[in-house]
Amino acid sequence: MDRRLQYILFAVWVLALASTPFWASNYIVRLAVVVAMYSTLTLSWNFIGGFAGYPSFSTAAFFGLGCYAGALAQRSGIPMVLAWGVATLFVGAFAAALGGIILRLRGHYFAIGSIGIVEVVRLLISSWGSLTGGGDGLNLPLLSGGPNAVARIFLIVMVTLMIVTFLITVYVDRSRLGFGLRCIQQNEDAANMAGVNITLYKVIAYTLSALFCGTVGAAYSSWTGYIDPTDSFSIIMTVKVPVMCLLGGPGTVLGPVIGTAAFTLLEEVFWANFLDYNRAILGTVIVILIFFLPGGLLAISYRDIGGRLARMFRGPKAAA
Amino acid sequence: MNAMGHLQTLVNGIVLGALYASLAVGFSLVWGVLNIVNMLHGSLIILGGYITYFAWHSYGIHPLLALPAVALLMYALGYVTQLLVINRVVHQPVLVTMTLTFGLDLILYNFMTVYYTATPRRVTLDLGATSVGGIAIPFDRLLGMVLALVLTGLLYVVMRRSRVGRAIVAVRMDSAAAALMGIKVNRIYAITFGIGALMAGATGVIFAMVYPVTTNLTGIYLGKAFVICVIGGLGSVQGALVGGIVLGVIESFAGQFVGPQHALTVGFVLMLFLLVVKPTGLTGIKGYE
Repeated sequence: MDRRLQYILFAVWVLALASTPFWASNYIVRLAVVVAMYSTLTLSWNFIGGFAGYPSFSTAAFFGLGCYAGALAQRSGIPMVLAWGVATLFVGAFAAALGGIILRLRGHYFAIGSIGIVEVVRLLISSWGSLTGGGDGLNLPLLSGGPNAVARIFLIVMVTLMIVTFLITVYVDRSRLGFGLRCIQQNEDAANMAGVNITLYKVIAYTLSALFCGTVGAAYSSWTGYIDPTDSFSIIMTVKVPVMCLLGGPGTVLGPVIGTAAFTLLEEVFWANFLDYNRAILGTVIVILIFFLPGGLLAISYRDIGGRLARMFRGPKAAA
Repeated sequence: MNAMGHLQTLVNGIVLGALYASLAVGFSLVWGVLNIVNMLHGSLIILGGYITYFAWHSYGIHPLLALPAVALLMYALGYVTQLLVINRVVHQPVLVTMTLTFGLDLILYNFMTVYYTATPRRVTLDLGATSVGGIAIPFDRLLGMVLALVLTGLLYVVMRRSRVGRAIVAVRMDSAAAALMGIKVNRIYAITFGIGALMAGATGVIFAMVYPVTTNLTGIYLGKAFVICVIGGLGSVQGALVGGIVLGVIESFAGQFVGPQHALTVGFVLMLFLLVVKPTGLTGIKGYE
């Protein structure tokens, strides 16, 4: 899809999400917050998973650490927004340090290592009870003004984060960094020999993939007012984020946003009707996605579909 | 703690390690031969355990009788899954194969939680315990260990002696050359995945006799399979045996010294450490990254 068209569609989508309080119910507003939040996570994952092609499953670790860093900062008396900043920096630094180590792994070993990180961080958080409250979780002060006003505040926060991540994606897409990351995805050894500083590029991509997960996590914990290890480090989130990105189109600018929107919509429809089967539905979506949409929704040739539909409606005679 | 206590911990670890070996050997084989990390493995173990439990609870079938039936059933399930679903993506990048097997896992997991619920269930055999030189050994665990070792040993013999076993090893070494030699690679893939599922299901039968079975354990068993494969190396029966016993002993001592709730953390930390120290993969086999 043409890049300019992707930017326009994104702008339209931002307007649609940000304007929900003016035309939709509180339920839709909260849904918009969740969509913007997941879009930020998916756009973040896209740096390492889409551009560089590294199968990272550590998003939940960054999100969860962001939750706890923000919550602990806030509980120690740091103002809310500043606490989000602390969480962002903490998670970014964590990912940069970790990236230097774990990005030496490739393929399955990298994937498993990144899952291992989620587990280790979760177990550390849940067993360090004196600091984190362990399995009991942590409470945070709730914002005043009632649920409607609070949802609007967090809508602005999450949509802003989504825009910032999108702008960084656009920058990376057009810069030397994006080119280098695509080279790494194609053939890492060849990229290395051709003079791409693969270690630096991978660490940057990995850090970018974590940075705003930290902010989102911290903002999420302020929004819900309560966090615990099972909720913050969920293995389902670990998989959902890459799946959303694959659904839209990995390595593209708009793909992650489209994938998140499509997935959330599907989930809401099924969630309402088949509450017991939401995991199975996620699984089925994955199977269908991999079999029938290998490049994601953005890779489909819509002009082709339009032509085919037109021929269908005109009838077989016109088609012949 | 005294020396006797350490010896008891060591014995517990080895008994546990034998179970871990049969837990990981199928996973290791699938990873080594198909180059696929089978995220279904944990759920297949639990499925085997549930079938055993309900056969015992509802129809009074002894787990030892259920074992061959579960093994055959799981083999068929694995064979069909590979042939119809996974063969289509077998040469795709890691992200695709892992996501697909995870998707299948979510489906299986979901149906198990809905139909069997997450209540822990266990086959109680009441076999009693024995004591050798002051070290207590419950008979059900001993039986589990023997069964696990027999299964693992059988797989070793099959891989070494049988035509199919040799064909699997050939495909593992070089699938293109194996195809040129007249081996039907896709069929070997399906058989390998079938064996992986068979070992998972049979391990599930053993676990049901020794530990409670619940769907909450699928991720934990899968995690243990990762750790064992990284410790022991991929795709070989010996590797799984070594990795399983090492993890069993480490977990047993970790449970003693830092508390049983940290046993798995210690395993994961060890795995990450090993991955970082030897980033090329522990087996050193090219092509299995």
